[in-house]
Amino acid sequence: MIGPIISSGIVSPAWDNIFAVILGMGFGFALESSGFSSSRKIIGTFFGYDFVVVKVFFTAAIVASVGLLYLSYFGLVDYSQLYIQPTFLTSAIVGGIIMGIGFAMGGFCPGTSLAAIGVGRMDGLVFFGGMFIGVFAFSESFSLFENMFYSGSQGPKMINDVFGISPELFTFFLVLAAVGMFFGAAWVQKKVKKVEY
Amino acid sequence: MKKSKYDGSFYLNPYLGGVILGTVLLLSFYISGRGLGASGAVKNTVAATVNVVAPQHVEQSAYYCQFAGGDKEPMSNWLIYEVLGVLAGAFISGIIFNRLKLKVEHSPKITSRRRLIFALGGGVLFGFGTQLARGCTSGAALSGMAVLSFGGYITMIAIFGTAFIAAWVLRKNWI
Repeated sequence: MIGPIISSGIVSPAWDNIFAVILGMGFGFALESSGFSSSRKIIGTFFGYDFVVVKVFFTAAIVASVGLLYLSYFGLVDYSQLYIQPTFLTSAIVGGIIMGIGFAMGGFCPGTSLAAIGVGRMDGLVFFGGMFIGVFAFSESFSLFENMFYSGSQGPKMINDVFGISPELFTFFLVLAAVGMFFGAAWVQKKVKKVEY
Repeated sequence: MKKSKYDGSFYLNPYLGGVILGTVLLLSFYISGRGLGASGAVKNTVAATVNVVAPQHVEQSAYYCQFAGGDKEPMSNWLIYEVLGVLAGAFISGIIFNRLKLKVEHSPKITSRRRLIFALGGGVLFGFGTQLARGCTSGAALSGMAVLSFGGYITMIAIFGTAFIAAWVLRKNWI
């Protein structure tokens, strides 16, 4: 079965939303069971007392990147059918900076706030509620940001092309960098005073 | 202190958690051709709500009209179903690891009220940022990284780089 199995017509599109629920459940389970329902555990990455975010996030990125390259290599997935986030350099950077401040204030990102809501954390619910206000504010003031929103457009550009190397070689370096980070995180965590939470 | 599986303090090994998350992400691309997300569901809900309250406003807005109005169905969207699944998945994990509890989690040095005010402000900024960057930590950064999107990497670096600095500025809220 050549993936993505929905758009290639192997499985009826009617199943897409059912798979969405099942995949979402896996996503939510992975987040919560790794500790992402706790803002104090998440934020530990920035103070060096708990690097769970770095470990889970980069492990997931490696598994998915390497997995997709293998599936593509064996002809099991049509890479050209996958949704590749298009690059709009200016808005990606400015939006990322705004999100970073929100991350440090709220202790969650959107996905982890949902995991927190799932186990009854009120701070997660308030964070998620705040997102509606933020999205609404952006939508209503879109004309002010429209130029920035569309500037620096580079289409679905891939990062290995930026470096002029193959996807496989880039992913190999990504794995090396991530493993280096895991050892670095373990080293820092040993030096930093424990925080009880 | 030994961690028991049943007092709510047991978490999966982070590398195992990462493998599970990465496998779910891989399956998402294999089945639906797209990555996981969260903020898109908020965007569609906002657009759908505005469409009910003020449909003309949606038609005239260069932003809303991309997601709502006409024959678009913003609430019958992959991301909406996925987000409902996220809540259910977290709830199931909460049952298994005994973490279901209504509470406001915060550092003992600050009040619940202060925590909630900052959570609200953080949510507002995060929501705004997701729209500018076309996705959040899941939809833009993680899913983008999985397919080697340049923009996904840029967003990831911008989020984490800024959060490191901002967290130190706001450290009295956390440690």
